[in-house]
Amino acid sequence: MANVTATHVLDVQGLKCPMPIVKAKKEIDTLASGDVLKVVATDKGSVLDFQGWAKTNKAAELVEQETVSGDQGQALYVHYLRRV
Amino acid sequence: MIDERNTDMSALKDLLAGMDRRLSILEERVDTELTEIKDQLPANRAAIVLFSGDLDRVLAAFIIATGAASMGMETSLFFTFWGLSAVRERRELEGKSLSERMMALMTPGNSLGLTPSKMAFFGAGAVMLRQMMAEKDVSSLEELIALAKDLGVRFTACEMSMDVMGIKAEELNADCAVGGVASFLGDALGAKLSLFI
Repeated sequence: MANVTATHVLDVQGLKCPMPIVKAKKEIDTLASGDVLKVVATDKGSVLDFQGWAKTNKAAELVEQETVSGDQGQALYVHYLRRV
Repeated sequence: MIDERNTDMSALKDLLAGMDRRLSILEERVDTELTEIKDQLPANRAAIVLFSGDLDRVLAAFIIATGAASMGMETSLFFTFWGLSAVRERRELEGKSLSERMMALMTPGNSLGLTPSKMAFFGAGAVMLRQMMAEKDVSSLEELIALAKDLGVRFTACEMSMDVMGIKAEELNADCAVGGVASFLGDALGAKLSLFI
């Protein structure tokens, strides 16, 4: 379980590069400072993508990442982003 | 005794005034030099030239552009030569010379007519590639183009290549500005990322 509590959830399951970061960016822009966005993806590449994204994006920081099992046993890559 | 002290004081005052002057000159110099250095630092910008009209390369350009825009970079795409087909939306023949009409007929009328750089097979390659991308839930080129606009990516078409190839501004995407090499260089100089695809 994650150590952070999400205030918003974004489901990007099934979406491929670059959609997870594109959708996350749009969502982050609507949030208030301190809000935490939980992004749930099935795209394996999203793990490194969000790390890279957080390196340059001033609007948000990557707080935590985890891999969990979905309903159908599929791997879910979960990213927690805090709006700065 | 008192005279001596007065002399010391006035010498000290002169010294302080001199130092004050030197300090303000120094401050001014630091300010101007810092501004000059800041002007030379790369800006958080991505400037991409799309020269190719190959479906796979165009896809790569739009994936990088939408990714860069999502990372908060001010992103611009400069379309030139075959790359103009990516932002072309229709084909017009009226008012064109014979060679321009031939060029218009032999180049894709819009992004759906683009073919990949390998295994084009007279259009079959593009159909196969698009189908495989759809099966894997990768966004289509048309979705990426719309997304790039939505994310504020700036589109500029090369005026010179439009002129050479006989492509009119009306044939291009309405959000596409028309500019020359300086408009691209203005974006690229000082950008953190510049690509030629």
